[in-house]
Amino acid sequence: MILSVRDKLLVSLFLIGLSPFAFASEWTGYSAAEYRYFQHESPNAEPEQNDLSIVLAPEFYHEWDDGNQSLIISPFLRLDSEDAERTHADLREARWLLVKDDWELQVGIGKVYWGVTESQHLVDVINQTDLVENSDTEDKLGQPMINLSFFQDWGTVDLFLLPYFRERTFAGKEGRLRSQLVVDTDNAHYESGAKRHHLDLAVRWSHSLGDWDIGLSHFYGTNREPVLQINQSFSALNPYYEIMNQTGFELQNTSDAWLWKLEAIRRETSSETFTALTGGFEYTFYGVFDSDLDVGLIGEYLFDDRNDERATPFEDDVMMGARITWNDEQSSELLIGVIQDLDSSDAAWNIEASRRLGNRWKVSLEGRFFSVDETQSALYQIRNDDYIQLELARYF
Amino acid sequence: MRSWIITCVLLLGLLPIAQAETAEEKGLAIIVESDTRDKGWQDSAADMLMTLRNKKGRESIREIRVKNLEVDGDGDKGLTVFNQPRDVKGTAFLTYSHALVPDEQWIFLPALKRVKRISSSNKSGPFMGSEFAYEDISSFEVEKYSYVYLRDEVLDGQDCFVLETRPLYKHSGYTKSTVWLDKAEYRIQKIDFYDRKDSLLKIQRFSDYKQYLGQYWRAHTMVMENQQNGKSTTLQWRNFSFQTGLTDKDFEKNDLKRQR
Repeated sequence: MILSVRDKLLVSLFLIGLSPFAFASEWTGYSAAEYRYFQHESPNAEPEQNDLSIVLAPEFYHEWDDGNQSLIISPFLRLDSEDAERTHADLREARWLLVKDDWELQVGIGKVYWGVTESQHLVDVINQTDLVENSDTEDKLGQPMINLSFFQDWGTVDLFLLPYFRERTFAGKEGRLRSQLVVDTDNAHYESGAKRHHLDLAVRWSHSLGDWDIGLSHFYGTNREPVLQINQSFSALNPYYEIMNQTGFELQNTSDAWLWKLEAIRRETSSETFTALTGGFEYTFYGVFDSDLDVGLIGEYLFDDRNDERATPFEDDVMMGARITWNDEQSSELLIGVIQDLDSSDAAWNIEASRRLGNRWKVSLEGRFFSVDETQSALYQIRNDDYIQLELARYF
Repeated sequence: MRSWIITCVLLLGLLPIAQAETAEEKGLAIIVESDTRDKGWQDSAADMLMTLRNKKGRESIREIRVKNLEVDGDGDKGLTVFNQPRDVKGTAFLTYSHALVPDEQWIFLPALKRVKRISSSNKSGPFMGSEFAYEDISSFEVEKYSYVYLRDEVLDGQDCFVLETRPLYKHSGYTKSTVWLDKAEYRIQKIDFYDRKDSLLKIQRFSDYKQYLGQYWRAHTMVMENQQNGKSTTLQWRNFSFQTGLTDKDFEKNDLKRQR
């Protein structure tokens, strides 16, 4: 191919145009292999005691306009040896961000976190829980949104338009950590005629005042938590998504090594209205016994005025935990916690530990143990699903 | 007549005090001079490469981007973002430092997209497993320490003032430090840190000073050697820029989420 002078000029202009693009773009992310060993046989016929899976989670980032505009795309893929429902792909993020002096606009699929407490996250309602990832409900699905943020001396105001609803993921027939009847995610029902296209709205004000961090939010739209209804042939549970109004409040006081935390919600749906709260403290002993070790103690009280173990197991419970940070080269960490029901002997234990290997690898250990006798408890169905999980991740 | 004598006696009594500065006054004067020379940079940004070396010589690295905003009459504001190691990439710290009341500090955890207010009372703990404690890398304020001038000394061919400083803020891991500042430019050249039992814990050396905007000196290499465990950490600074137009708006909680 022979290029004319004009073509050459165009090509060079094109390349010059591309070079800042190439400079400000990057691919990062991680891939991981995970092995879960379930201590007991499942009470259900199909699930096995061993589960192997792999994760691929790359992230593309590109910024321009002096960093005032950026694009993030982070796909997520898990392949699970046992559970077809746990084998899933998602777009965790795919959003464009515009940053101005007093405001920001975010359009696309995003992820937003609200809240301060550790044991549960009542206030955090924007993103749907990716429950097949982890029973701790901390993994979230990407949420389509238009998010406008305003920054003022009196705080930050976030407005959200959420035009599309993501259904909660549930373990399938071959999976562990499920109820006896499988949740049929292909048969979701909605209160709203618009179904998953219902336009959800949310607003949040947040502010920091000296030692205090405060947040007040309201959400109107599809409840992220479905009501599970037995289907007509009594063979599965169908998720039913209601419309809800939820007002949330978050407060944290930070003084010296003490963190005092409170989260409270008031939720109204057509089937129920209730108040729930989580409140407590985290206190850290820095450099214990003249070492580099930090030991943090966490205590939280969990309350729900429905007082119904079927609706939530955390209606009158106490969470106690310890977080040990080695502060070593490998950033070794250990978190042990238990949520104890105050009206029965039911308890759920949780262990998480991790350590970096070299600069790019990380090994994590996780254990969840359930001690549940209360047949009415929402946890009763997974009482035999105690497991230990080992994960090896490589970051790139 | 009597009052005249009294006045004379009083004046004579005052003379030596007025003439000879105490060691405390001289120490403070040196630090104030050093601090004054470094005023007015407004804002800065730089990249830091941190190399951790253990006793066997095995190395690991951290890559960090640092932005600072000078605040008049208070401690500076700082944003610290990790690029390496990769598992903490995007983790960011925001600090509003203060002289004697506790700093305000937030951390952003990218995996959860969570901004978390954290306690700033961890002064003496290691920063990311390194030999630098949080208090070693925090913003310098004159009010944080008491000062005593010790002596003049030649260090590596440079005429230096030698001072002793004692932290006045809570939770420090040190009883005192010995600080060498060169007389020519009032730049810190070396610090000996003494632990709570008053024995020598760490030695920090500053080198590769370069001047910016015709005024502000920045060391581009800092080496911290732990005298008790044989480990060391080197900081190498690159890409300094000053007066880039950063404002308070760039040091808000909300900014943590989009740091790279």
